[in-house]
Amino acid sequence: MNIIIPKIPIGKGVEAVIDFLVYHLSGMTKALSDITETGIDALIDLMLFVPPWVLIVAISLGAWAATKKKGIGFFCLIGFFLIHNMGLWETTVSTLALVCIATLVTIMTGIPLGILAAMNSVVYKITMPVLDFMQTMPAFVYLIPAIPFFGLGKVAAIFSTVIFAMPPSIRLTCLGIKQVPVELVEAADSFGSNRWQKLVKLQIPIATPTIMAGVNQAIMLALSMVVIASMIGAKGLGGEVWKAIQRLQPGKGFEAGLGIVIVAIALDRIMQKIGKGTSAS
Amino acid sequence: MTVKIKVDQLIKVFGKHPEKALRMLEKGAAKDEILKKTKQGVGIANVSFDVQDGEILVVMGLSGSGKSTLVRCINRLIEPTRGRVYVDGQEITTLSPKELRMVRQQKFGMVFQNFALFPHRTVVQNTEYGLEIKGVDKSERHRKALEALELVGLNGWENSYPSQLSGGMQQRVGLARALALDPDILLMDEAFSALDPLIRRDMQDELLNLQKRVRKTIVFISHDLDEALKLGDRIILMKDGEIVQVGTAEEILTSPATDYVAKFVEDVDISKVLTAETIMSKSKAVGYLNHDGPRSALRKMRQADISNLFIVNHDNALQGIIYAEDASAALKNNGKDLTHLIRKDVRTVGPDAPANDLFELIKDISYPLAVVSDERKLKGVIVKGRLLSALAQGGSYS
Repeated sequence: MNIIIPKIPIGKGVEAVIDFLVYHLSGMTKALSDITETGIDALIDLMLFVPPWVLIVAISLGAWAATKKKGIGFFCLIGFFLIHNMGLWETTVSTLALVCIATLVTIMTGIPLGILAAMNSVVYKITMPVLDFMQTMPAFVYLIPAIPFFGLGKVAAIFSTVIFAMPPSIRLTCLGIKQVPVELVEAADSFGSNRWQKLVKLQIPIATPTIMAGVNQAIMLALSMVVIASMIGAKGLGGEVWKAIQRLQPGKGFEAGLGIVIVAIALDRIMQKIGKGTSAS
Repeated sequence: MTVKIKVDQLIKVFGKHPEKALRMLEKGAAKDEILKKTKQGVGIANVSFDVQDGEILVVMGLSGSGKSTLVRCINRLIEPTRGRVYVDGQEITTLSPKELRMVRQQKFGMVFQNFALFPHRTVVQNTEYGLEIKGVDKSERHRKALEALELVGLNGWENSYPSQLSGGMQQRVGLARALALDPDILLMDEAFSALDPLIRRDMQDELLNLQKRVRKTIVFISHDLDEALKLGDRIILMKDGEIVQVGTAEEILTSPATDYVAKFVEDVDISKVLTAETIMSKSKAVGYLNHDGPRSALRKMRQADISNLFIVNHDNALQGIIYAEDASAALKNNGKDLTHLIRKDVRTVGPDAPANDLFELIKDISYPLAVVSDERKLKGVIVKGRLLSALAQGGSYS
């Protein structure tokens, strides 16, 4: 076989492209990365400057107010207290900051892209295979090119996290809007609504539960990716797990894992309640 | 009456390459043949008709006859492939998207089969929707929406959500939403088809009542013949995307244009549809108050071979009836005046009374049933034999 068909240089081609981009763009992306990293560090420092118990109580009260459920508030209070007790507070804050920023970027690009894909069949046809590709490519692979562009650290982690977490929010936004019954769209049309009015007054409100499911997915994926991204220096709870693996410390690993679970459950429940809340009004 | 909507040679072909289908249509090919050869579905083919200002035009046909496509072509929810639609003389088919939106906001209100209410909005917010799109300010649109809701009898429900309402009430909201804009034209696409029969009948009655007050031009799509006959000032019957017959309920029932129409209408209870006006005949003779005396009245009866005579005044308003025996008795006593012979308790009926109700009225009187207008003008008479034969022959009399 090797004699008849020479190996197609896919890997080499990709490397050539990335080398080219790195050579020409990395100066800019690295600078951007430095600035962003400073910003993230400042945010984390600010969160750590506040006494932990103040922040824990504030988060719990915030969760209670947002969801109107006492249970979720209590869960946050006890969960985060436990994390603090395990000595993981600083790493958790760092993880929370990363997840929040990554999710924000994901939502802010994913939802508009999803809307665009729902309204324009050309965008849809281009987006969907790209999403398939993004979702099936092992997440670790995104880490490799992130390093030359952004250097080791949090920005590279956020970059690969955003790529990993974006597909569901695009897909679910697109699905939600496409699922708005044709008759309702016709009704809106029959009253002379323009595209924007249809989108804002009809399609987005009706698609909100589905869009919120996408946001929820994005958060969960971001959380799992932040752990993986600890391999390229994202630190945080994932970093603790990574350290425990390298040093073969099952106890430490379990504690850090438990911290991640607590953060995940808290974020998930809060987002789900907010999602349901918007759909009912 | 002025023409409100004019539909001219409208064609809709579904598919990406309608040209070939259009050419085949011009040559008179059938829908099935075109579908087989070009894979293009013909929705409607060469449909032309007018809708008069203030009338209810029912477009009726079975599913797949193109009636829903037709109504959507009027406000271009579906883009016609060829042909023109005019509203108030303005050509709709050539409007830019922006102009089209303006026309939709100003002239059209649409009601949908499955209500198409916005589930995330309350009843009043639903009703306000069109006004909101039009840019009417908040307090004004709230006021108009409440008015529209009152018109359809839904006051008190404005803050409920559509899911909390029954089907009939939901469709009232749909109707209110269309009426809130005060459009000239209502497009109703199978508006009552999703409702239970009893509620459907209520809604039909209510629409007719409403129409008396608001006088809209209504294009009503239906697959239910009874509904069409009840609501339609005129009815368009469609089959395979083409118009088979246009006419009033009576015209369609009594002189069906094709076998298809005849088959369609054969199950209709004709006595429900025929009215006093369609069955009545001209009175063979009438007497005139202050003009005819007993002698001339008797002569008229003899000539017409009847035993009683309706008496009208110079305005043709019915005064009463005189019997031959009374007239001849008066003649023997040398009476010259008819006035005291006239019996005023004559049984009469309005022109719109359904034939079904006439039996009760006619069975125990010895004179013909007088059909009179609102001003008591004598329009015609119904004799028992005529009524029976009209009902017996159903469609084919006249």
